[in-house]
Amino acid sequence: MPAVERPLIYANLRQPGYTVDIDCYLRNGGYEALKKAVALKPDEVCKEVEVSGLRGRGGAGFPTGMKWKFLDRKSGKPIYLVVNADESEPGTYKDRQIIYKDPHQMLEGIAITAWAIQAKQAFIYIRGEFIHGAKILERAIAEAKAKGFLGQNILGSGYSCEVVIHRGGGCYVCGEETGLIESLEGKRGYPRIKPPYFPAVLGLYNCPTIVNNAETMAQVKHVLAFGGAEFAKIGIPGDSGTHIWCVSGLVKRPGLYEIEAGKATFGELLNDLCGGPLDGRKFKAIIPGGSSTKILKVGERFKGKLANGTEFDWAMEDIPLDSNSIAACGTGLGTGGTIVLDDSVEMIQALSNLNAFYAHETCGQCTPCREGSLWLSRISKRITTGGGMETDVPLLLDIANQVAGRTICAHGEAVAWPVQSAVPKFKDEYLESIRKRQQGEAVPTLKLI
Amino acid sequence: MKEISNSPAATRALKPETLAQAPALIAQYPQQRSATMPLLHLVQEDRGYITQEDMTWVAELVGVTPMQVLEVVTFYPMYRQSPIGRRHVRVCRTLSCALRGSYALMENLEQSLNCKRGETSPDGDFTLEFVECIADCGCGPVVHVDHAMHENVKPEDAGKFAAQLKATLKDSSYGQNPPVPGTPEWNG
Repeated sequence: MPAVERPLIYANLRQPGYTVDIDCYLRNGGYEALKKAVALKPDEVCKEVEVSGLRGRGGAGFPTGMKWKFLDRKSGKPIYLVVNADESEPGTYKDRQIIYKDPHQMLEGIAITAWAIQAKQAFIYIRGEFIHGAKILERAIAEAKAKGFLGQNILGSGYSCEVVIHRGGGCYVCGEETGLIESLEGKRGYPRIKPPYFPAVLGLYNCPTIVNNAETMAQVKHVLAFGGAEFAKIGIPGDSGTHIWCVSGLVKRPGLYEIEAGKATFGELLNDLCGGPLDGRKFKAIIPGGSSTKILKVGERFKGKLANGTEFDWAMEDIPLDSNSIAACGTGLGTGGTIVLDDSVEMIQALSNLNAFYAHETCGQCTPCREGSLWLSRISKRITTGGGMETDVPLLLDIANQVAGRTICAHGEAVAWPVQSAVPKFKDEYLESIRKRQQGEAVPTLKLI
Repeated sequence: MKEISNSPAATRALKPETLAQAPALIAQYPQQRSATMPLLHLVQEDRGYITQEDMTWVAELVGVTPMQVLEVVTFYPMYRQSPIGRRHVRVCRTLSCALRGSYALMENLEQSLNCKRGETSPDGDFTLEFVECIADCGCGPVVHVDHAMHENVKPEDAGKFAAQLKATLKDSSYGQNPPVPGTPEWNG
């Protein structure tokens, strides 16, 4: 059976003529889930989300209900909800669609979440580059307040929650939740050390804070609309709901594909939905879930055992699109930002491109990441400009191994993983790239660095 | 563009409407220091860049030292301490767009706009930059010009695209009209 999409988050915004105003949202069943939520006790809403099995959509895939459980409710300090709309993982552009085309869906999820965790103040941290997106959201918040869905006395419940839009400044590390919190406090976005700064205990202004991804908020709306138990039936056990696959790079139809978790494979996504490789080309590798996830090579075999005991032996094309299966292949579903590379790509240039990204985005707090990202970038770049040596290939791996696990935040892993995964898989090609340049032979024309 | 430069001797005052917006921005937050970034955005939208006097103004408003505001200004790539060209052209460099030809596009735009990457054209019309991923990866290469997001700008269309941008220099309504869904202005 060919792969099919199941639009849930994108169901409304894909309708022709669908607009961002609240009347259009209300005509399409908007804010009905919020009415259901405020009729329940906050604990009951948390329970629904826990039962739903929803996992966060920001990349780490942490169960949302469990995150909310960690919240320190006894401190007596105010509780804050912070929505991470800083979408900055290369290859990811799913939240942009929600913000620019269906903002009320996200706001409804925010109102439900705020009620569930009893936050009186929510912040949406939006990418600084989403200039008009921030305006769309501001307008939508004003509309929702005028109708009693946000602001004072929500739906006559006596409960109030204000939502404030906060624009970032173009910094990748502010997508990391504690970096984001620092940024929201008006400082440099330096991630905080955990412990003690787990946001659920010591978050914004050292108060208990829940940081959730923008799409997670939209998913929460659907959890309430379906009910937790019904929502859990979408997808597969352990990974419920839909995943939005943001396909980019060298494929016939790059774009956004919303698929029930585990109900299609990478092969079906890339060949059926995306139309396969460009004419005359062949897929060579994919980066499955945003640039920080480990690369998968076409032709590799992935063997092992899933948590439920099932043994598997897959090619890249056979991997089911759910977080557990993808994790079992040594990489991650991440944000669903799949970057496709074909046989026209010189792999050292692709790696060098990403190394340059991480070198630009390191915040500079931790020495291994600050220095390591820079050296990885310089060494891979010098290979592409003809100054490479054969020893550079193991050197790249050596540096990456000294970064991962030695930093305050996961940016260290993000720096290391592309190198750690690509070097063993493409070592021979890297050496060939060095040799070709030393001997003055022609190199691929597609320039990536 | 992130170096600390001395402010030009005579910078004009911020507009009255900019000053008027500040109190409401600060009041949004439980702690006033949180308003640092929105205030800096406000200043930059008014003046086009941020001066040392502006940083002192922000610092006084939110109750921190000017140095603490400078720390913020130098950390975030979007803030500038020197003026730029009339049009700010930002080409995405990161992998998804690069795979679709953003490096070739950049080379062609350097020619068409008479401007090297990272610099401003001699006539002051364009500042051309490579930027990192701007979250529109399925439509690469993408180019963010001021408030507008241009998608699928193919390297071979760079000349045509540059001509479009040059035409906006003579358009007095540039940036004034309400954006229409599906247009670069809407997606910006």
